[in-house]
Amino acid sequence: MEQLAWLPAHPDLAVAITAARREADPSAALVKAVRLAGYRRDFTATGRIDKLAARALSEGAEPAAAGLMPYRLAILASHTVDHLAPGIRVAGLARRLALSVHVAPYGQYRQALLGHDPELEAFQPQMVLLALDARDAPLNLPLEASEEAVAEAVRGRVEELRTLWRRARQRFAAQVVQQTLVAADPPVFGSFEGLVAASPTAIVERLNVAIRAAAREEGVLLLDLAWVAARHGQGIGLADPVRWHQAKQLVSHVLAPFYGDLVARIAGAAAGLSRKCLVLDLDNTLWGGVIGDDGIEGIKLGQGSATGEAFLSFQRYAALLGKRGVILAVCSKNDLAVAEAAFTNHPEMALRRADIACFVANWTDKASNLRHIAKTLNIGLDSLVFVDDNPAERDIIRRELPEVGVPELPEDVAGYAERVADAGYFETVSFTADDAARGRAYALNEERRAALEQASDMDGYLRGLGMVMTARSIGAGDLPRATQLINKTNQFNLTTRRYTEAAVEELATNPEALALSVRLSDKFGDNGLISVILARPDPALPRGELLIDTWLMSCRVLGRQVEQATLGVLIEEARRRGIEALVGEYRPSGRNSMVAEHYARLGFTPCASPEGAQPDALFWRLEIGTATVPAHFIQVETSIEQAVMS
Amino acid sequence: MTEAEVYSNLTSVFREVFDDDTLQLTPETTADDVDGWDSAAHVSLVVAAEMRFGLRFRTAELESLHNVGEFAQLIQSKLEAR
Repeated sequence: MEQLAWLPAHPDLAVAITAARREADPSAALVKAVRLAGYRRDFTATGRIDKLAARALSEGAEPAAAGLMPYRLAILASHTVDHLAPGIRVAGLARRLALSVHVAPYGQYRQALLGHDPELEAFQPQMVLLALDARDAPLNLPLEASEEAVAEAVRGRVEELRTLWRRARQRFAAQVVQQTLVAADPPVFGSFEGLVAASPTAIVERLNVAIRAAAREEGVLLLDLAWVAARHGQGIGLADPVRWHQAKQLVSHVLAPFYGDLVARIAGAAAGLSRKCLVLDLDNTLWGGVIGDDGIEGIKLGQGSATGEAFLSFQRYAALLGKRGVILAVCSKNDLAVAEAAFTNHPEMALRRADIACFVANWTDKASNLRHIAKTLNIGLDSLVFVDDNPAERDIIRRELPEVGVPELPEDVAGYAERVADAGYFETVSFTADDAARGRAYALNEERRAALEQASDMDGYLRGLGMVMTARSIGAGDLPRATQLINKTNQFNLTTRRYTEAAVEELATNPEALALSVRLSDKFGDNGLISVILARPDPALPRGELLIDTWLMSCRVLGRQVEQATLGVLIEEARRRGIEALVGEYRPSGRNSMVAEHYARLGFTPCASPEGAQPDALFWRLEIGTATVPAHFIQVETSIEQAVMS
Repeated sequence: MTEAEVYSNLTSVFREVFDDDTLQLTPETTADDVDGWDSAAHVSLVVAAEMRFGLRFRTAELESLHNVGEFAQLIQSKLEAR
C-alpha cells in the first residue's frame, strides 16, 4: 500500500524541507511546516518536518497564526510508541492541529491511570489513547478451554479496560480512544483456528468484538487497527516480528506516517475539524464520458460495462456518505440543464438530484464555484472536500483554495471510493439520527430558498414558514447530539469551548446551571437539534449573574430569528430563577467572526472582562429587570427542568 | 553499487534521520560520535537504510552492528548477494 496516497507528491520534498529550515522567522517556518505536512511523505521526511515545526513553536510561533488549534494527546501503550509521535504531530499539522503528544513510560498504562503519574497529571490530556496489543496481558487459557471459560476471561479483561477508561475520564475529563488488538502471532490451527474457542486468533477477535461493544456503551472512541490490518494486511509494517523482537514495536517506522494520520484524524474529529461536505465533479468522476458531448445514452454508467459499474460503485459510496450526514454538492463545468437531466433521467444513477444540497454546473472557474458552494451551505471552505478526476483542476484548487481538501485520485475510477475513504476527511466521533436526516434537511433548505424568492418581503417569508421552536433542558436523549454540535460547530459559536459528553451531562445536572437544547421545525419539515446554550454561575461574577459559557447554532438555520427567540427563553428562565443579569462572552477563534456582534444585536451592552478571562475575549451584559424580548416570528415551546441536587 | 556509492547513500540516510546536513561518516563512526544516535534512533536508521537500499536485515544481523563500517559492509554484502 502506498501511504498517504491521497496527498499530492512534492517534486523534491527533501530539498524543500532543507530550504524551509533556513527560514529565520518562527511564524513563517511554522506555516511552511504546515504546508509541507500536506505532501505525501515517508517517515524520515515526516521526522524532519516535525523538527521544523517543533523548533518554530519553541521559538515562539503562535499555532493560531498558522491556523492550528492546540490539542493535547496522551498515549498509554503496551508497546514502544515513541517513534510514532512525529507522525502523529505532522499529520496533526496537515489536519489543522498543533498536537502536543505525551507518551507515558512503556508498558506502564495501568500504573499511569490507577496510580500516580505526576507528568501525565501536569500534562492534562484532552485525549487519552490506550494503545494495547495482543501480546499484552494474554488470557493464558489452555487451548482446550471451554467456550464459557473463554467468554468469562474476555469479560474480565474488558471489565479491566472499562475501569481504566473511567479513570481516564474522571481524572482528566479526557476523551478516551481505545486501539483494537492486532493478532500478532500466526494461527496455530490454520483455517480451523476460528472453531477453537481458546485459539490465539479467536481470542483476539473475540476481545475486539467485546472492546467495541463496551466502547459504544462507555462513550469511548476506537482506533480500529484490527480493521486497518484486515483491509491493508500486516506486511505494511504492522506487527512486523523483526521490529517486535528488536524494539517492541507493534507499528513500525514504515507505517508511522499513516498510523499518525489515523490518530490525528480522530483528534481532529474530536476538536471539530473534520470536513463536512463532499463536492463532486461530474464528467469522468461520477460517470464515464462527457455528458454534453456523449448524451445520456452515451455516458458509461451502470451494469453492462466494467467501467460503468466502477462509476456506479463510486456513486453508491458517495450516496452512503450522504446517508451518514456528509453534505453532497456538485461542481462541474457543464450546462446546468444537461447536467441535472442526467440525475433525473439516467436510469442507473445511484445519486439522485435530491441528494445534492448544492448543484453548481456552469462555465465559471471551479475556485469561484467552490466559494459559492461554501457560502450557500453556510460552511467554511475548510469543510469542503473536492473530488475531480482532472489533475489540472485539482492543482488549481490546491493553489487557489488551500483550505479545501483535494485528494489525489488513482488513474482508475475503481479506486476512487477507497481513496476517499483512506483520506479520512470525514472522521467522526458520533453518529446520531440527526446525521442520517441531514441530507434531507439541506434539500429542504433549497425549497425554503425557493419560497424566499417567491415571497415579497422577509417578514412575510418568515411568518409564512410557520416556525415552531422547542427549547428544553438537555436530557439523556439529546446529550449525544448536543455534544456533537458543541464539538463541531465553528462559525456560529460564541466561545468554541469543546466538551465531552460527561462534562455536558455534569452541567445539565447542576441545578445552578442552565443547559438548553433547541430544535426548530417549520412547514417544510424538522431541522432537528440546531442550537445549544450552556449558562452557569462563574466564580469571577457576583452571585445572581449567569455567564453564557456556550452559545452555538447550526448555520443551517441562520437568519431565521432563532437567536431572538432563544434569548426570549433565556430571559424568561432568568426571571423565574431570580437571576439579575446575563453575561455574554465572545472569544474570537479565527472562524467565528460572524457572531462578533451577536450580543450587541440582541441588546446586550459591553462590559469589563471578569477576572481570569481569556485576554482577547469580549464581554456583554443584559440586565434582566429591564430586558425586552426582541421581536420574532417563532412560536416557542419550552420545557425546562431545574435539576435537583442529588 | 560501489563502496563509495554505499557510503554516499548511507550518509544521506544518516543526514535525513538526524536532520543534519553537515554529518560526515567514516567507517570508524560509532553511536558515541553522533548526537542523538541512541537505541531508538538506531531502529530509525535501520528502517531508513532498508527503504533506501531496498533490502531487509535479519534479526541477528541487527545485533552485530557496532559502527558505520560494519553497517556499510553488511549493506554491500547483501546487495552483492542478490
